Amino acid sequence: MSATKKLAVLSAAFAFMAASTGGALAQKKYDTGATDTEIKIGNIMPYSGPASAYGIIGKTEAAYFKKINDAGGINGRKINFVSYDDAYSPPKTVEQARKLVESDEVLFIFNSLGTPPNSAIQKYMNAKKVPQLFVATGATKWNDPKDFPWTMGWQPNYQSETQIYAKYILKNMPNAKIAVLYQNDDYGKDYLKGLKDGLGAKGASMIVVEESYETSEPTIDSHIVKMKSTGADVFINITTPKFAAQAIKKNAEIGWKPTHFLNNVSASVGSVLKPAGYENAQDIISAAYLKDASDKQWDNDAGMKEFYAFMAKDFPEGDKLDGGTVVGFGVAQTLVQVLKQCGDNLTRENVMKQAASLKDFRTEVLLPGIKINTGPTDFAPISQLQLMKFKGDKWELFGDVISADANG
Amino acid sequence: MSAAEEVVTEGQAVEAVPKRAMTLGYGTSLVVLVALIITPLLVKNFIIFQMTMLLIYGLAVLALNILTGGSGQFSLGQSAFYAVGAYTSAILMEHANMNYALTLPIAGIICFGFGYLFGKPALRLSGVYLALATFALATAMPQLLKLGFFEHWTGGVQGLVVTKPDAPFGLPMSQDMWLYYFTLVITIGIYLASVNLLRSRSGRAFMAIRDNEIAASAMGVDVALYKTLAFGVSAGITGVAGGLGAIAVQFVAPDGYTITLAISLFLGMVVGGVGWLPGSIVGSAFIIFVPNIAEGISKGLSGAVFGVLLFLVIFLVPHGARQVAIVATQLFGKLKKN
Repeated sequence: MSATKKLAVLSAAFAFMAASTGGALAQKKYDTGATDTEIKIGNIMPYSGPASAYGIIGKTEAAYFKKINDAGGINGRKINFVSYDDAYSPPKTVEQARKLVESDEVLFIFNSLGTPPNSAIQKYMNAKKVPQLFVATGATKWNDPKDFPWTMGWQPNYQSETQIYAKYILKNMPNAKIAVLYQNDDYGKDYLKGLKDGLGAKGASMIVVEESYETSEPTIDSHIVKMKSTGADVFINITTPKFAAQAIKKNAEIGWKPTHFLNNVSASVGSVLKPAGYENAQDIISAAYLKDASDKQWDNDAGMKEFYAFMAKDFPEGDKLDGGTVVGFGVAQTLVQVLKQCGDNLTRENVMKQAASLKDFRTEVLLPGIKINTGPTDFAPISQLQLMKFKGDKWELFGDVISADANG
Repeated sequence: MSAAEEVVTEGQAVEAVPKRAMTLGYGTSLVVLVALIITPLLVKNFIIFQMTMLLIYGLAVLALNILTGGSGQFSLGQSAFYAVGAYTSAILMEHANMNYALTLPIAGIICFGFGYLFGKPALRLSGVYLALATFALATAMPQLLKLGFFEHWTGGVQGLVVTKPDAPFGLPMSQDMWLYYFTLVITIGIYLASVNLLRSRSGRAFMAIRDNEIAASAMGVDVALYKTLAFGVSAGITGVAGGLGAIAVQFVAPDGYTITLAISLFLGMVVGGVGWLPGSIVGSAFIIFVPNIAEGISKGLSGAVFGVLLFLVIFLVPHGARQVAIVATQLFGKLKKN
């Protein structure tokens, strides 16, 4: 064999080797936490402590992943869902996140709950380059792919919701006198900021009174009385379920009938409007992105039937009327879609890449017309909402699906 | 215990602990110290982080131990001092770009002042009433931190993110390991200072007040001064612990310093043994690890499991780790004799 021929054979051999290894790499690629048989996912929830009511979201997700596993998993891999309790205390969240990443070696952390807990681990997760995927909080700051490329939210952010109300007010009631009641924490203040941004420069003069309350207050009656006395004709109600029900009742009691905007957090028929009394809740305006399991209009909806079947078969101990179960179901479905898209390339980078390339994805618990879309510069999966008005004993959707992307 | 001592201790909330019994022997101390120095070299960064938190909460429990075990005063407000220390360090580091090590003494001094001033009016209260006053402080603190007036510095409800320091002089160790040894040095320093404090004239005055206030003042102890001093020292140490905690966790937010933290620290003190300083680290281990164990047993009922475990500890060893240590020493002595 001549020297050139030898060289040619050798280079061909190299080329073949390179191609075959390259092919193998493209076929299957794993980071810590993923193998041929398993995908390990971390999660942090407040199963105990002041926010323990939200723990139901984690339990729903666990049940949903079990259902997926029983049906054969995703691309042949089972989901190993490791969920820890942080009691809604940021230092504990840091401990649990580090345990998941460094000790349990999960592929990523999914749907960790609460703004303060997620803020506490955001820097760590991004430094470690471990995805902090679909966090369960509506704060606006999660949509920041430039500074935090490893963190992504899921639900519409609070600011975009109040921006939608602001648009509606400016269009339909340009001379409104607005009274705002908000919870004195990150959630309340985020909503308030969205409202003010939405109203713009003119807004400062439209808001006649801003009242804040602490969750430790037994009742918010005095705030309502004070707001009525200012003669406001629009009431923006940024409260959690218990207080929302109180506010609706008290409004009726003292005969204050402003145009009432109720934030989505408390738009549940079962846990807010029914206890407050349907007759007191007529014509309240809110915005939603999910179907409400306690709203009868969805009883025969195909998407919700799938959810009810899941609740009956796989998670019988859970309460389907609890809004948390619908959220957990929807977000778990979104994750399954991301993992399906990942195929055999289960690296952390690819998980983020696929999460950022969801195109018109729908989980059927979303309201009709609302779609999940993400992109390299858009880390806000759900950014559409629909306005609705309470009539009789159910919400009536009106107007178009509205997109509002507020950037933190 | 002699008959006379029994009369004195009767009806007291805090059992009198002789000052010799407050510390460990030299041999045991050395073993513990060596273990604390060597372990980080063998384990993962995550475990090192947990050990750092163990030392930090240990310091906070130690501070409470000086107050309750030393001077016999109760406090459910330690989380407030811890928060003030944490925020002092965080604000100085992030807004004033100060070196993290320098922020700790400042956090300690500010908390000492805060504790001293709080101790002044609280002096008129004793026992459960004092505990309630401090409880109020702990409940108020998270809300004070959220006030719009301070928001520019505290970050309000969103909290503040703190940058973790690298090891200095290009030392080849991870941030976690460096922070651990840094915390260890401070902890040992404060531990030794506390032991010396309790053995000093002031320490004897604390204990005299704890054992019998009237007798102490009859002997010429300035009760008011020493009670506020104990409050100040305790708050100061808690503040340093808070500052270290902020650096280790890299984040401060009002939700991290609720009444739950104060109760945890109180729990840690009782489990570790009231008045027994080395028990602080045992107590700290209890409040960090037992909730994790409880969660491992049952997720939905973790609170109940934790309660059962706590009940078992209190029922079986009411004097906490100190009792276990005493029993162990006796057993060891018996074995030696045989």
